[in-house]
Amino acid sequence: MTHPRADRRAAPAVEIDRLTVRYGRTTALDGLGLHLDGGRIYGLIGRNGSGKTTLLSVLAAFRRPTSGAVRVAGEDPFENERLTGDICLVGEGGHVLSERIERVFALARDLRPRWDDGYARRLADRFEVPLHRTPRQLSRGQRSAVACILGLASRAPLTMFDESYLGMDAPARYAFYEELLNDYTAHPRTVIISTHLVEEFAGLFEEVIMIHRGRLVVHDGADALRARGATLTGPAEQVQRAAAGLTTLRERQLGGIREVTVYGPLDEQRRRAAQAAGVHVEPVPLQDLFVHLTAGDGDRTLAEVRR
Amino acid sequence: MFDDRSPIYQQVAERIKEDILSGALREGDQVMSTNQYAAFYRINPATAAKGFHELVQEGILHKRRGIGMFVSPDARERLLRERRARFFADLVDPMLAQARLLGISTAEIIRYIRENRGNK
Repeated sequence: MTHPRADRRAAPAVEIDRLTVRYGRTTALDGLGLHLDGGRIYGLIGRNGSGKTTLLSVLAAFRRPTSGAVRVAGEDPFENERLTGDICLVGEGGHVLSERIERVFALARDLRPRWDDGYARRLADRFEVPLHRTPRQLSRGQRSAVACILGLASRAPLTMFDESYLGMDAPARYAFYEELLNDYTAHPRTVIISTHLVEEFAGLFEEVIMIHRGRLVVHDGADALRARGATLTGPAEQVQRAAAGLTTLRERQLGGIREVTVYGPLDEQRRRAAQAAGVHVEPVPLQDLFVHLTAGDGDRTLAEVRR
Repeated sequence: MFDDRSPIYQQVAERIKEDILSGALREGDQVMSTNQYAAFYRINPATAAKGFHELVQEGILHKRRGIGMFVSPDARERLLRERRARFFADLVDPMLAQARLLGISTAEIIRYIRENRGNK
């Protein structure tokens, strides 16, 4: 029998310390701090322009931080030859390589010490990617599939998918989830998947990192976050009492009915008291929590959430 | 499948309990490994493992080293006992509260149950 736990711990941890990246006058990352244990699947969630791609680019050593530092397995990845084969970042597969796919695979084999050519070919078969074509000759979905294949078959100890699924249709995405989970189980590694489509992906994640405007909003277990939010609806006065002292993400009122979305532990006693007072208590799906936590004017809330 | 409105590990545990109650899983049956289960339902293996672990803690499942996890001999009986204890609080009390709100008397409810029980 294998011992997945021991393998899991061998996968690289990621340390991000006060990371700031500026492009001219634009601040893409603003003092971001994070610690990621090795061997888990992380969901990196943020709106367009929140800094997801910049963060992954720094981890993949494509880009140098303006200030602050990142460490992968304890080392700075920038111009670090020892780490290059161990870190793999794939995007949407939009790269304009004019090489045929089988040649792209051959290049990956040279670059990636753990590359599994048989697996790459099986995946190409499953995703119906013709090996003799060039990326330009493929459909958008097939190009995305090529990116996913490169990410999976590289078996890099730190593997990152930057919205790689975007061009794929639902059956192809489901196939990708299955392949990712099976291969991750057989070959544990640290995986980061960036997305703004929370609903469909969320089951894959062990932990979720939400960023907004280059800053960390939340880093927590995916299941912990699923239990965190609650929407309270009912007579204004009772709702107000039930929500007292909790961080409010959103408030709405229609006539005498008030709806308050709160973030934070709603313990059993409070829940029962609210329900007894005629207040409806509903859970907040992760997707909605993401929307509330990263609303444009969310800075006050963010400070409270992070406290 | 699983939704995003409550922790998935709880939904995993709940689903296996339902399978045991319905008889889809019988006492002594081996259950899927957590990795198989995770891949099948496309969820994180650590999340699936946590759901299974809960059931082991509760004694609904037990581990046999190197072989896998099995439904405990008294699992169904224990689940039935647990569900029966919760039946009145979870289902009957809210129904009575709703009936009171609508002005339906207890006598009417009893008559309805008596008359319709044979048909269901």
